[in-house]
Amino acid sequence: MIAHALAALGRGALAALAGIGRIALYAGSGVAHLLRPPYYPREFLQALLQIGWLSLPVVGLTAVFTGAALALQIYAGSSRFSAESVVPSITAIGMVRELGPVLGGLMVAARVASSIAAEVGTMKVTEQIDALVTLSTHPMKYLTAPRLLAATLSVPILVGVGDIIGIMGGWMVGTGRLGFNSTTYLKNTWEYLEFWDVGSGLVKGAAFGFIIALMGCYYGMNSERGAQGVGRATKSAVVAASIAILAANYLLTEAFFSA
Amino acid sequence: MIELEGITKAFGKKQVLRGVNLSVGRGQSLVVIGGSGTGKSVLLKCILGLIQPDDGVIRLDGQDVREAPRDAFLARFGMLFQGGALFDSLPVWQNVAFRLLRGSLKRPRTEAREIALEKLRRVGLGEEVLDLFPAELSGGMQKRVSLARAIAAEPEVIFFDEPTTGLDPIMAGVINQLIREIVTEMGATAITITHDMTSVRAIADQVAMLHDGRVQWAGSIAEMDTTSDPYVQQFIHGRAEGPIAALR
Repeated sequence: MIAHALAALGRGALAALAGIGRIALYAGSGVAHLLRPPYYPREFLQALLQIGWLSLPVVGLTAVFTGAALALQIYAGSSRFSAESVVPSITAIGMVRELGPVLGGLMVAARVASSIAAEVGTMKVTEQIDALVTLSTHPMKYLTAPRLLAATLSVPILVGVGDIIGIMGGWMVGTGRLGFNSTTYLKNTWEYLEFWDVGSGLVKGAAFGFIIALMGCYYGMNSERGAQGVGRATKSAVVAASIAILAANYLLTEAFFSA
Repeated sequence: MIELEGITKAFGKKQVLRGVNLSVGRGQSLVVIGGSGTGKSVLLKCILGLIQPDDGVIRLDGQDVREAPRDAFLARFGMLFQGGALFDSLPVWQNVAFRLLRGSLKRPRTEAREIALEKLRRVGLGEEVLDLFPAELSGGMQKRVSLARAIAAEPEVIFFDEPTTGLDPIMAGVINQLIREIVTEMGATAITITHDMTSVRAIADQVAMLHDGRVQWAGSIAEMDTTSDPYVQQFIHGRAEGPIAALR
C-alpha cells in the first residue's frame, strides 16, 4: 500500500520534472530561433499590438484599484503608530516593486497566455502548423519567437504604465478620502522612490512577459486533438504561467533584495 | 521520382505502417486508397518530414530526403490539406501568396498579390475574395483557396489529402476536375489520398491500396476495375462483406 503510494508519488514527480525539462528545452529553442534569421517583423508587430497595446485597459484598471486599496490599507496600518505620512512612499514602493509587476503579470497571463494557447492550439489541430512547415516556414520562428520577443519587451512597459496608474490610484484615495495635500503626497512619493525600486519591477515584468508567451506557445504547440484538447491547453497555459510568475517573482525578489 | 522503401511507423503500441514500398514516376498522378485509419495521411506526412518514419528510406530523385537541404526540399512541394488549413489570421491573398511573401521565394508584395490573383482565377475565384478572411468563405471556396496556395509557387510535386471531403457532389466534381487539369498543365507529380471513388477515377493514373500498414495492391486505373484482388473489389464497390473488417 505504502509502496504503491510512493511509486505514484515518484511517477508524478518524474512527470513534473520531465515537463519542466521539456518547457526549458522549448524555451532554449525559442531563444535560439529568435537570434537566427529569418525574422518576421510583421508577426512581431502584430504580437506587440495584441500583447502590449490591447492589454493596457486590463493592466490600467488592475493598477488603479490596487493602488487605491493599498493606500487605504497602509493608512489603516500606519495610523496605529501615528505614521500616516508614510502612505505615499509605501504605496509607491509596494506598487512598483511587487503589486505592479505581479498583478499586472497575472492579468496579462490570463489575457494573453490563454489567447496564444487557444490560437496556436487551434492552428495545431486544424493542421495549420503542418501547413506552415510545408510552406518552408519554421513554426518556432514564425509563431513562437515573435511572441516571446513582443511579450518580453511589452510587459515591462505595461508594468511601468501600471506603476504610474497605481500610484495615481493611491493619490486619488490619499487626497480624496484620507485628507492628504496633493503636492505633499506627490512630493513624498517621488522623494522616497529609488531608481532600483522601479528598475527591479521592470526587470520582473520582462521575465513575466517571457514566461507568459512561453507558456502560451508551449501548451498551444502541444495541444491535443479536438475542442477539448485546445481547452485543456488553454487552461494549462494560464495555470502554468501564473504559478511560474509567482515562483519567478519570489526568486527575483530574493536575488534583488535579500542582502 | 518519389520512392518509398520499407516505411514503418508506430504511434505507441499502434503499428500504422508496416513496411510500405511505393514509387511514383515524374508527372504521374498516384491515388492512394484505403479504409480509415490505414495510415494514408501518415504516409504523406512521412514523405514531407512532418512525421519521422521509424524505419525505411524515402528518396526524391534518387536522393534520401533526410540528406536533402530542408528548405530546398520543401520548396519542391505543395500540399492541399484535408480541412484546407488556411491561416485564419491572414486574408485570402496572403494565404495564397504565403510562400512568395517570405523566405527564398520572396517577391515584392504587389507582385505576390498579382500572382495570388492569377492562381485564384485559375481555381475559379475572382478579385472579390482577395481581401476576405478564410472564415468568410464557404467550404468549397476554402478548398479552392487552399488549392491555389498549393500551386502558387509552381511546385514539382503536389499532395492532395482528401480533397473532396465535406463537399457536395457538384463541388467535389469541380475540385476533381481542377486537380486533374492543374496536374496535367503543370506537369507536376501528384499523390492524392481519398476514399471517394469518383475522385479516384477523375484524378488517377496509378492507384495503390493501403491495407494493414502495407500496399495491398498497386496498378493503373484501368487495372483497378478488372483486378481480382478481393480487398480492392470490396473497397471500390463499398461492400460490407469481404476480407476488410467493417468495424476497425
